[in-house]
Amino acid sequence: MTTATRFASTDNYAKGGVEIIGDEQPRRYLFSNMFEVADQSTVWERVVVARNLEFTIECVRAEGESPWYVCDHDETALSMQGDIEVHFIKPADSTVLPTKDHPGPVKLTGEPTGQAMGWVKLGHGHMALLPRGAAYQFRATNLGVLLLQSILGDESIERWAGICQH
Amino acid sequence: MAKSTEQAITEPTINNASHIQSPDPDYGYEVFQIGSYTFRRDEYFVRVTYPKGTYVVDAGNFLRAMMRDVAWGFFYGWVNFDDVFGTVNHYSSVDVFVGSYNAGYKSAGTDFVERFDANKLLACFKALLSDWTNAGFDPFAAPLETGTPYGSKNGNNDTAVNFQRELAERFVGLEGDTELRTDERGFAVNRHFSDVDQSEPEVHAAPGFEGQLSAFSLFRYLSRSPVTWNPSIVSLVGESAYCPTSEEHILPIQHGNDRVEWFLQLTDEITWQIADKNTAAPKAIVTMKAGDISSMPADIQHRGFSPKRSMLLVWENMTPGLELRYGSGELPPTAAEF
Repeated sequence: MTTATRFASTDNYAKGGVEIIGDEQPRRYLFSNMFEVADQSTVWERVVVARNLEFTIECVRAEGESPWYVCDHDETALSMQGDIEVHFIKPADSTVLPTKDHPGPVKLTGEPTGQAMGWVKLGHGHMALLPRGAAYQFRATNLGVLLLQSILGDESIERWAGICQH
Repeated sequence: MAKSTEQAITEPTINNASHIQSPDPDYGYEVFQIGSYTFRRDEYFVRVTYPKGTYVVDAGNFLRAMMRDVAWGFFYGWVNFDDVFGTVNHYSSVDVFVGSYNAGYKSAGTDFVERFDANKLLACFKALLSDWTNAGFDPFAAPLETGTPYGSKNGNNDTAVNFQRELAERFVGLEGDTELRTDERGFAVNRHFSDVDQSEPEVHAAPGFEGQLSAFSLFRYLSRSPVTWNPSIVSLVGESAYCPTSEEHILPIQHGNDRVEWFLQLTDEITWQIADKNTAAPKAIVTMKAGDISSMPADIQHRGFSPKRSMLLVWENMTPGLELRYGSGELPPTAAEF
């Protein structure tokens, strides 16, 4: 038998789906595909593909350089496609951080002033911590797909009817 | 004292009585008794007697289900061993039921539930698992990767049944948190993931920020999972927990969650059978291929089938008390409406 691991990408994915028995509704399962979502998204949009009350997983079409973001809680980034760098700066101006009652990241105007913290380079299946209080920017040479573990905020975009089976 | 399902939930009486009887003379396995339940096993089957009857199940299936129930500390909500027998976690106490969420048993009046102190029940189940798991059989392993669960008493496999899943407190690989999986730590690449790239990300921390930046290969981590259907935790954002796992063959339980749960299929394919949580009536089949994402509503039970070892990201909200908010109807059973 073949044991090749089947990955997927924006160029090569095959969706499954929800088959209903009786009077169940497919939309209750919020079924989507991250590569289809990325394929249909604008670059750097944070499209909510999973939500559990205030917590989210957001899918991002990564291409070129992203805006700079900063957040008052940890987030994580998982590269599901492509090589993606994440650059970090410790903002010199602490007032750029959102307040504690403002979850999710805020988009900054340009690169913040502050001390460079370093960078990480993510390949396929690699995952990075986006630590609380560190401004970050993604850089992707080619089309990539990111999954962000975050909290619903100003940058989160919910369009369930557009991405889910119903 | 045992009560009907409804009485037990509204008027819990916790029964702590438990003891082990002498080994069965024919097969050598200990007989376990807790409350009104008596558990016996022979070469092929487990037999549970309770005040309203007898429940019989394949020994291998029972041990695989019991392994998850014990390893997960009764998990979130309902751990159904099948359509008949299982446990419900109330987080300090646990219900053990027969037929309470099965329409046939309910209509016949042969359903039964009894509530136990969680620690007492866990101790009883751990002892049972240790005694009934023979040498060479690992209830965490895929069937093609382990020996037979059948036969008379033949040693034990406590190393396997005492396997501890790894639970990161913030992020895998951070100093003081759970470690990466390596050959040196005993985590070899699984036979089905020999083609998974083992490279790790580059981390370039500037002077003064060492230890603040962290990254690891989730695919490498999962390719080295030695167990199936047993999520670890790799990252936390508040109470949001990434609980990835590698899956092969059949999820040994039907999980009826007490909250919304999410699945993100990272590789390969899993088919989920969905049933009503209260009656076990079938509701849907969800087929998930690489890249697919699906929510499991809080009012269903699910069982997965993975024909090849696959990588699944299970996503949980660990906020305390959610089970009460969903149970009371304060929160709708679905994650979002559109």
